[in-house]
Amino acid sequence: MHLELGNIFINDVQFGSQTKVENKTLYVNKEELITLISEDEHLKSVDVELAKPGESIRITPVKDVIEPRVKVAGSGGIFPGVLTKVDTVGAGRTHVLKGAAVVTTGKVVGFQEGIIDMTGTGAEYTPFSKLNNVVLICQPVDDIKPHDHERALRMAGLKAAEYFGKAGKDIEPDEVLSFETLPLLKSIEKYPKLPKVAYVQMLQSQGLLHDTYVYGVDAKQTLPTLIKPTELMDGAIISGNCVSACDKNTTYHHLNNPIVQDLFKQHGKEINFVGVIITNENVFLADKQRSSNWTADLAEYLGVEGVVVSQEGFGNPDTDLIMNCKKIEEKGIKTVIVTDEYAGRNGASQSLADADPKADAVVTGGNANEVIKLPPMEKIIGDLSIVNTIAGGFDGSVQKDGSLVVELQTITGATNELGFNKLTAKGF
Amino acid sequence: MVHMCTVTPISLTVGANRIIPTIAIPYPLGDPKLTKEEEKVLRRKLVEKALKALETEVDGQTVFED
Amino acid sequence: MGKVRIVHYINQFFAGIGGEEKADYKPEVREGVVGPGMEFNKKFGDDAEIVATIICGDSYFNENLDEAKAEVIEMVKKYNPDLFIAGPAFNAGRYGVACGAIAEAVEEELKIPVLSGMYIENPGADMFKSSVYIVSTKNSAAGMRHAVKTMAPLALKLAKGEAIGAPDAEGYIPRGIRKNYFAEKRGAQRAVEMLIKKLKGETYITEYPMPDFDRVEPNPAVKDITKAKIALVTSGGVVPKGNPDHIEASSASKYGKYSIAGVDDLTEETYETAHGGYDPIYCNQDSDRVLPVDVLRDLEKEGKIGKLHDFFYTTTGNGTGVKISKSFAETFSKELVADGVDAVVLTST
Repeated sequence: MHLELGNIFINDVQFGSQTKVENKTLYVNKEELITLISEDEHLKSVDVELAKPGESIRITPVKDVIEPRVKVAGSGGIFPGVLTKVDTVGAGRTHVLKGAAVVTTGKVVGFQEGIIDMTGTGAEYTPFSKLNNVVLICQPVDDIKPHDHERALRMAGLKAAEYFGKAGKDIEPDEVLSFETLPLLKSIEKYPKLPKVAYVQMLQSQGLLHDTYVYGVDAKQTLPTLIKPTELMDGAIISGNCVSACDKNTTYHHLNNPIVQDLFKQHGKEINFVGVIITNENVFLADKQRSSNWTADLAEYLGVEGVVVSQEGFGNPDTDLIMNCKKIEEKGIKTVIVTDEYAGRNGASQSLADADPKADAVVTGGNANEVIKLPPMEKIIGDLSIVNTIAGGFDGSVQKDGSLVVELQTITGATNELGFNKLTAKGF
Repeated sequence: MVHMCTVTPISLTVGANRIIPTIAIPYPLGDPKLTKEEEKVLRRKLVEKALKALETEVDGQTVFED
Repeated sequence: MGKVRIVHYINQFFAGIGGEEKADYKPEVREGVVGPGMEFNKKFGDDAEIVATIICGDSYFNENLDEAKAEVIEMVKKYNPDLFIAGPAFNAGRYGVACGAIAEAVEEELKIPVLSGMYIENPGADMFKSSVYIVSTKNSAAGMRHAVKTMAPLALKLAKGEAIGAPDAEGYIPRGIRKNYFAEKRGAQRAVEMLIKKLKGETYITEYPMPDFDRVEPNPAVKDITKAKIALVTSGGVVPKGNPDHIEASSASKYGKYSIAGVDDLTEETYETAHGGYDPIYCNQDSDRVLPVDVLRDLEKEGKIGKLHDFFYTTTGNGTGVKISKSFAETFSKELVADGVDAVVLTST
């Protein structure tokens, strides 16, 4: 399976009379976008704002971030099984508006929504401060049920990303990257001397605001399975909004999975990257056991010598992570796990809820409990008052002058467990 | 003390000595698929198991499976 | 800053007073240096000076902990030092514990930086490494020069309030404090490079060494549950509706104690969860699903348990550190014992 990713660099976003990409600028027809998103009967009102790098803007509560993409050649469409038919994606050519993103906000759904600051200390921790963001502010109808509310927001973001992606369909990309996954036996033939490596991606699947969808299927109703890395690049996996903001994998993260990218960089050189195993993080112990057994079996069946395992969220998913690691190691397959830490505000507590000596190669995205102060911003998109109650906020988080004292947990993407960032932690 | 929880591996890791496995993380002592009455019967069974565990001598970490 | 003023703590052996037979020696303070202090002063040169030395027998200190601590702190206070050094204790167990304990107490009471040195296997190292900087030394006094060479520069840094580097750079035993920093490469690249090293059998450094979790001896069984007073405790965040104490959705800084006297059933109107780590719908509909008050009340009425305790204790376990959880339990378990509770049912989500 061969996919070309055509990156169209976007350096600016502006409102305009027509939605289009021109001279590295994304122009947004606000009315057209609002009309499109307002089609959902669960939404009472929709508004659009722009947030660019360096601007004194705070966006909260952030639900999801999505990168605009469009299929140019090859079967299926972006976000298969959700926005388009369930055709298999991951082959042909896809265009990307690199440097642009859709961010969804509006009335808070739960505790787990996040903050994006476009400048100041907070901006250093979230990768989304570097993007030209089109922010959708969606207010639900009164008395909406939480699950409908979440779904309406999720669909709004995806629809907007697809809408902008289409603007890049006929644009000549600034760079074209090429990715290929061969059938397993051919891949082994091609690189007979390189160690075979797979990526095990754990998908958050704990219920409302903790769900992930694969080709439209709720991941908690799935068994571990194989997927080609290029399918991820076409939106086969999307976020069902949230988990603590710092270590949720937004749809943007899924589209730009850094472990996939960095395994591809070593593919054919140091390793033979043969594919991705996806598994879930369910709330029943039997599910955890079944999924981790199955994951280890799939890794063994593929005949890989090493895997990278990534987590999403924290707490009981630490057990899924440790189970996966232990069972895969017991098959004689070398593992590296990617997680983050909840070591308390002073950093002195145990970082994970579960542990095992077999987990001897750990990469961490940092301590999510670290408290930081974020300066006030001139403009708030969304609603600042919720910061006291979201995960990682506390009574008094919102200061009189509009500055925030919060745990890193509140910042969207800050301690990402796909290794998206440079942030990490060390024992002192 | 008896620890009633769904993710017994965490309970073992953090060192509880009497452990009762429960239904699911969001509803350790219930099951929304059942009627209220059935649910209470289920809950009572689990609590009785916990009380039984409290009355049982253990010499190390013990998960009270059925 | 002028010359850094230091008070040094040593035991009877290093003061040249005697061995085990003098271990009950009571605290005594002498002006200037005694024993190993000379080596320190040599290393400090013009930057710092030991102005007084406190000598205390190891048995006396450990057998009269509170008194000894108070006496020593009074002595230290008089010299108004910028820094307090205890030891190094090498592999002497009681000396190590004394050094750790007095250093911790001095830092807490007098708010000045403290430093000690010990062999990694000294029990004092494990007990106090998280609260006190302890330089890793050799296992006997033959390693004195080596120990002082590492301790002296760290002492100066601490006294001057300079940033302390990583354990391997400064020579102290890792305190188990996790600190964030920005690495040169993103996590995914670090993971892939770590895997390649692991596959090749090369050495690599894990970014998070696995911890050892605590174990406690199980309590004896409850003799007669029909006479027992049972208390409910939960990490599932069940609170009276409205979360009156604002217990955080994650990373809780507090726990709640609420009366359930006369409550037969937790309903949608009266209770909810503050927990941000799981789908709250089910608990909000019926909190008995997390905290089984209804069933325990029935069992109480039927005489199957003695009594359901009038209060339950609750917090959100979500992202809440082991240390702070421990401190919650240390406080409320005393209350439970004082209230005559015989057993606890702890529920977790």
